Amino acid sequence: MQKLIAAIAGRLVIIVPYLWLLILFLIPFFIVFKISLSQTAIAIPPYTPVFNLADGIAANWDKLKELSFANYLWLLDDPLYYKAYLSSFFIAAVSTVLTLLIAYPLSLGMARAPLTLRPTLLMLVILPFWTSFLIRVYAWIAILKPEGLLNQFLMWAHVIDTPLNILNTNTAVFIGIVYSYLPFMVLPIYSALEKMDHSLIEAAQDLGSPPFAAFWKITFPLSIPGVIAGCFLVFIPAMGEFVIPDLLGGSQTLMIGKTLWSEFFSNRDWPVSSAVAVVLLVILIVPIVLFQRAQARAQEEGR
Amino acid sequence: MESFGSFRRKFAPWNDPAAKPYITFEKVTKIFGDFTAVDDLSLDVFNREFFALLGASGCGKTTLMRMLAGFEEPTSGRILLDGQDLRGIPPYRRPVNMMFQSYALFPHMTVEGNIAFGLKQDGMAKSEIDARVGEMLKLVKLEKFAKRKPHQLSGGQRQRVALARAVAKRPKVLLLDEPLGALDKKLREETQFELMDLQVKLGLTFMVVTHDQEEAMTMADRIAVMDHGRIMQVATPAEVYEAPASKFVADFIGNVNILDGTVEKVANGEAEITAAAQGLTIRAETGKALAPGQKVWFAVRPEKIRINREKPQDASFNAVEGELWDIAYFGDMTVFHVRLDNGTLIKAASLNAVRKTENPLTYDERVWVSFDTDAGLVLTA
Repeated sequence: MQKLIAAIAGRLVIIVPYLWLLILFLIPFFIVFKISLSQTAIAIPPYTPVFNLADGIAANWDKLKELSFANYLWLLDDPLYYKAYLSSFFIAAVSTVLTLLIAYPLSLGMARAPLTLRPTLLMLVILPFWTSFLIRVYAWIAILKPEGLLNQFLMWAHVIDTPLNILNTNTAVFIGIVYSYLPFMVLPIYSALEKMDHSLIEAAQDLGSPPFAAFWKITFPLSIPGVIAGCFLVFIPAMGEFVIPDLLGGSQTLMIGKTLWSEFFSNRDWPVSSAVAVVLLVILIVPIVLFQRAQARAQEEGR
Repeated sequence: MESFGSFRRKFAPWNDPAAKPYITFEKVTKIFGDFTAVDDLSLDVFNREFFALLGASGCGKTTLMRMLAGFEEPTSGRILLDGQDLRGIPPYRRPVNMMFQSYALFPHMTVEGNIAFGLKQDGMAKSEIDARVGEMLKLVKLEKFAKRKPHQLSGGQRQRVALARAVAKRPKVLLLDEPLGALDKKLREETQFELMDLQVKLGLTFMVVTHDQEEAMTMADRIAVMDHGRIMQVATPAEVYEAPASKFVADFIGNVNILDGTVEKVANGEAEITAAAQGLTIRAETGKALAPGQKVWFAVRPEKIRINREKPQDASFNAVEGELWDIAYFGDMTVFHVRLDNGTLIKAASLNAVRKTENPLTYDERVWVSFDTDAGLVLTA
């Protein structure tokens, strides 16, 4: 009897994460997917409902036949959408590389810092999270605008004569993404570097590697799982980013998150924006699966 | 004078005044903050010697080794290797390799990759590297494991990879930091002999850091006993054991009974010592110049003390009566703790040379402990 209870309890524990996935991921996804297959309508909500349980099975079966992928074909038709996807991909990729370039030395410095100093440094990395993301992005407007802090400083230092036009360009979007997602890159890389046995570096030096060679042959390869984790943690949300391109980007900044938003709120075309969201998810599933594989492999290696 | 030579016949360059030392530590001091890890230390090690630095943790032995490897620079003094001053030479340019305590195998490389690492750094030709790696794998009997990664190996195999990697470059000196520390007892004993064998085969100078005296005694030609950044004695294992230079060394190495005493008389190289607190008079042969009234210690190893039910007949023996207080049975030998009437505990070990004893000694029996006049040592420091 006790065994039975224990077995049931064991199952229940596993059920919790599955329920979580079901309620917070699968059900919303299917709702969005369902909407993406329907037609726009001037109604509340603004689309023709696809299924209605009250209609009975036969009626719903007929509706199933009516389902169309017209919205997806529409996405293919209008170059705006694939351009937005491509541009998002490009912006996310560039931002990820830039974040990596900044985060890696930062993480290395943190991991090599005296043991007593590390918690403080870690705290400083996490500290920005204590302020609203939106406010921090707004703060960048104040910094980057033509009469903003950056330009004032550079003019004061006589580096430039006329204000730089950074705000409302892709550069501002890169800055915003790098700034906002930096901790997501720093933390996994830091944790990979921090757990590394320092005697490995000494061993490499002992065997004839100057410090730089020892870094490339030992430290860097061993931190790759952290680098991969960090890149995905930055790339995936950056791809669908809306707030940063909306606030810092200009009219020419094309990102799928922004397209989705305007489709949803300005055009009130829920079916098309749902289709945009579903395609974005499908595009992102590929890197997510790759990420999972990389993690599984890293775990198998036992390091 | 008694002699406690090296067991490697004829290998004793330290006794040859003409022999040139291979490694010289010259008045080396290393200070970390306000902690003096190595204190004005001078030491000579000879070519092809198997040298052990022995001491408790924090005695400076590891720091001494790390200074030779180049991971630390001496605060003052200098280190010479084969006539070359090592000051300012970074670890990657020193002809010294180290086997790390943690082994420090590169987890992302195979066994082969680990062994080849140092050779690649030297820009050796590919064919030559392959040949050398093969040779090393054979030497440590790991040919079958060449393609494995370190996490797929057992502790003993990892230790051998670390060893192969460290000797692959044929360094002038191989440093071994607690080389057997992570192995279990049985494997440790086997590996000790493998290491000694390897050292002779390769003709390298080995310098091993250990806190395990048994390990040091078995493997080393000479041992330096260290304490608080200083060397207390440098000698062969037999000398360190049988003729410790000080009370510290006598106490540190092996088991010993140490009695405080005062010199009563000195005549014909024999001192009569009253062990003050014990109310016991000991006659001991000594070559040391002692004066009556001088405070000394008398040290005698348990295995040199006999234990009997009757008072020994030989009147020249030191003998004292007591009660058998405790018996520690080790299989090969038994250590008896005898409590003298004044309360002093004396340890006496006896070899269990026969399987069956008619009438073994047992707890609470009255017994005599006795030892010859040359069984112990008078120590003044």
